[in-house]
Amino acid sequence: MPRINSPAELEAFRKDIISKRDRNKPCIAVCTGTGCLALGAANVVTALKKEIKKQRLGTKVDLRETGCPGFCERGPLLVIYPEEICYLQVQPGDAEEIISQTIVAKKVIDRLLYVVPSTKSDEKIVRESEIPFYKNQLRNLIGNNIKLDPKSIDDYLAVGGYAALAKALCQETPEHVVDLVKSSKLRGRGGAGFPAGMKWEFARKSPNKTKYVIVNADEGDPGAFMDRALLEGNPHSVLEGLTIGAYAIGAHEGYIYVRQEYPLAVENAGIAIKQAEKYGFLGENILGSGFDFTITMHQGAGAFVCGEETALLSSLEGKPGEPRPRPPYPAVKGLWGKPTNINNVETWANIPLIINNGADFLTSIGTEGSKGTKIFSLVGKVNNTGLVEVPMGITLRDIIYKVGGGIPEGKKFKAVQTGGPSGGCIPEEHLDIKVDFDELAKVGAIMGSGGMIVMDEDTCMVDVAKYFLDFLSDESCGKCSPCREGIRQMLKILTNISEGRGREGDIELLEELSEATGDASLCALGRTAPNPVLSTIRYFRDEYEAHIKEKRCPAYVCKELISYYIDPDKCKACMICLRKCPAEAIIGGKNKIHVIDQGKCTKCGTCFEVCPDRFGAVTRLSGEPVPPSIPEEKRIIAKKSKKK
Amino acid sequence: MSNGKIDKIIDKYQGDAGSLIQVLLEIQSENRWLPKEALDKVSKKLKVPLNRIQHIVTFYKAFSLLPKGRHEIHICTGTACHVRGAPRLLDSVQDLIGIRPGETDLDLKFSLETVNCVGCCALGPVMVVDGEYHGKMAPAKSEEVLKSYD
Amino acid sequence: MSEILLQIDGREVKAKKGMTILEAAQSAGIFIPTLCHHEQLEPYGACRICTVEAELGGRTNLVAACIYPVEPNLVVRTRSEKVDKTRKILLEQFLAHAPDAPALQDLAQEYGADKDRFEKESSFCILCGLCVRYCAEVKKKNAVGFVERGARREISFVPEIASKECWNCKECFPLCPTSYLQAAYHLTEALAFPSPSFESASGE
Repeated sequence: MPRINSPAELEAFRKDIISKRDRNKPCIAVCTGTGCLALGAANVVTALKKEIKKQRLGTKVDLRETGCPGFCERGPLLVIYPEEICYLQVQPGDAEEIISQTIVAKKVIDRLLYVVPSTKSDEKIVRESEIPFYKNQLRNLIGNNIKLDPKSIDDYLAVGGYAALAKALCQETPEHVVDLVKSSKLRGRGGAGFPAGMKWEFARKSPNKTKYVIVNADEGDPGAFMDRALLEGNPHSVLEGLTIGAYAIGAHEGYIYVRQEYPLAVENAGIAIKQAEKYGFLGENILGSGFDFTITMHQGAGAFVCGEETALLSSLEGKPGEPRPRPPYPAVKGLWGKPTNINNVETWANIPLIINNGADFLTSIGTEGSKGTKIFSLVGKVNNTGLVEVPMGITLRDIIYKVGGGIPEGKKFKAVQTGGPSGGCIPEEHLDIKVDFDELAKVGAIMGSGGMIVMDEDTCMVDVAKYFLDFLSDESCGKCSPCREGIRQMLKILTNISEGRGREGDIELLEELSEATGDASLCALGRTAPNPVLSTIRYFRDEYEAHIKEKRCPAYVCKELISYYIDPDKCKACMICLRKCPAEAIIGGKNKIHVIDQGKCTKCGTCFEVCPDRFGAVTRLSGEPVPPSIPEEKRIIAKKSKKK
Repeated sequence: MSNGKIDKIIDKYQGDAGSLIQVLLEIQSENRWLPKEALDKVSKKLKVPLNRIQHIVTFYKAFSLLPKGRHEIHICTGTACHVRGAPRLLDSVQDLIGIRPGETDLDLKFSLETVNCVGCCALGPVMVVDGEYHGKMAPAKSEEVLKSYD
Repeated sequence: MSEILLQIDGREVKAKKGMTILEAAQSAGIFIPTLCHHEQLEPYGACRICTVEAELGGRTNLVAACIYPVEPNLVVRTRSEKVDKTRKILLEQFLAHAPDAPALQDLAQEYGADKDRFEKESSFCILCGLCVRYCAEVKKKNAVGFVERGARREISFVPEIASKECWNCKECFPLCPTSYLQAAYHLTEALAFPSPSFESASGE
């Protein structure tokens, strides 16, 4: 494969690839992203390959192992082209039927289709794009994932890849590229939402021969996995964006800093770099433009704080991930003291779209202050969990209910947490806000990198605040005292509250600590650490007060404040809970009403879950004493005699 | 792990001090832990003071200064998994194997760690064993999965 | 012109480009409290006791005076309700570690910090980093360093180096605001030094 040395050669090569692909030839695209792999996609692929071989269809049907399209709740999933038939929750055992029925006989297998949840009809949807989950999205960035094998650069070329690179390097000046990005009003997708074009301009204007560009793929917000899907599923889109950015700024070396917890992303990005080098999209004199650029991969080593851009720089320099004071900003003094531009994976992935389609492509979507689309990871207590790409300005309600399909098991929505450990919890009263950077900030949350965790009536908001502080107390670098000590003290208070030792004045003390930590910390981790605490106090103060004043957990989560109790009037002594109790804490027997030994009970909740619905004998109590057990003699259930 | 292997890894990065973390990650990955001798060698060859290496190997969670078991269990305690019951999964695995996160059992069979999000948030709770991901892992299922490892 | 004009506590102060707010204040005789700052060491910005209000272009932020670079027209307030509140609670957090440390007593009185506000912590160390930085930057021996992160961060001696260098040096000892350093050294000496020490681990 000779190097591609000019835009003309690139287009010729692309034409050649496309001409060799028969658009009418059946192609089974199976998602092999980390999520589907966790649900057994590899076995599905193996089974399909075996079946194709068995039926001697090797030349008649293609099998493509693709990137993550985002509908993770229903994995393993596949799409059959050209009809775009989408099958969900596919098992290896379905392989035979898929090949003989759908590929050969052109018949659709009903039970593998998406069913529209409604009481009237069992309406099934065949085509991927018509499934409500996908239909209500605007999948400019992630839409290609199901269409290409991330390990194949030719697949990327077939969908138009690297055309933006050729255009930018060979038709535009670096300054014009910066202007284009500025006009698109693209705001960073990593969390801070700083205008990308402005950031690029600062770096461009910094006088230094040596400059760097960096992809921040240290996606640390727990619950967010957009960058994983992009880098794993379409690595070339990120490489292309990065190279264009390097050209615009005047950098010749780039880094991808990726979490080591994403081994597939590490692997696929590494392969993509090698392929790009082979084809001449990286290296010297790219596409004959005279521009040189190389990319090196760097892995994180398990530190959330390294997602903060200055801590990332420290880590790249082989040091502990301690953030650095700003000013000076990385655009002026960054990696090894040189001007550096760091952007998030999703930000870089937007660049080829802007170059190919113009700044209007972004400005025509979204709100006044937030343009373009955003990929959110919609997870938690929601029916359709997965990745959703929607235009800025869509309401929270639409995301959670229209795309997400609402709350499972008929439970009541309680809050949606956005922005990870730096963000806040948004209650029902704000479900109709338009999702954009500024609107979310107004209600006490942040966009963050895009994590959106839905919570229902079974979530305790005090527990949520405690969870985030616990996370941050471990992940903080520990250098500056407002963060380290402030979080330490806040966590202590929250632990006390959740364990029944809350005191009057605790909420006020939390607010005081939050102020100092938020104002005086060195970096954004510390400055935003109080957000989960403050937003839960703002909207769920009553829960805090219940914990403190009544020693009661309204959601029945905080173990020290709940007890499980078997109602003797409802218990039918079926022995199910007795057998399943991991602590052997249930006393009873056949026809002998069961009683929980509170001393042994570990509050695991198993009995509550396994008690048959028709009995519903196990109840949860909080903030009230457990009724004394009925005397042993009264526990025998008299057998009803059939004959008189 | 032989000194020769460590030398090879260091040389691969051409002795670049900025690659310290990458070098340590590779040694950790090959050897499954970082013995003191390896750290001394890295300190000498990359000309990095020991106190900085000491800070790095205790700062970053990926590194272990103690030998790991044959099978490494990682349980995700990210927010989405937490909301879907990861604490209960963790409790039941702890009870099953008898160790807590950060520990290795006495016959060096299992090591247990929590991890702050593996990116499978839609499938919580998630348990990873030796790099193999298990999604939608109910506490009751964990016994079955762990029994299959010897 | 590398001269920068800024305002500190209502007074006009002339500073040079590259100076920090702390240096500019000190040159004008204006006092800002510090704990982790030292003349011979690079500014660290960890204790945040030197937090001041800095206003520019209508926006006010709290910044650490020891590391924030002076800017033209910057308006700095070294005392204010917000600054005092912040310093008070920071001191209370330090006092939870080292309630009787001499370096904290005067400051505690000045800001009305209550040493019993928070439950006592198990470690005396307030992680000012003076020992680590002194050994690295001045002595260039790196005999002591940080380990861990977050709430578990602490200082730790490197036994092989400390056993050779520290006995005859101990220049970092007077720098420690809480005397934790001395205790940590002796503990390391007793438990972890690689070769037998003939001197007893008491007094110096």
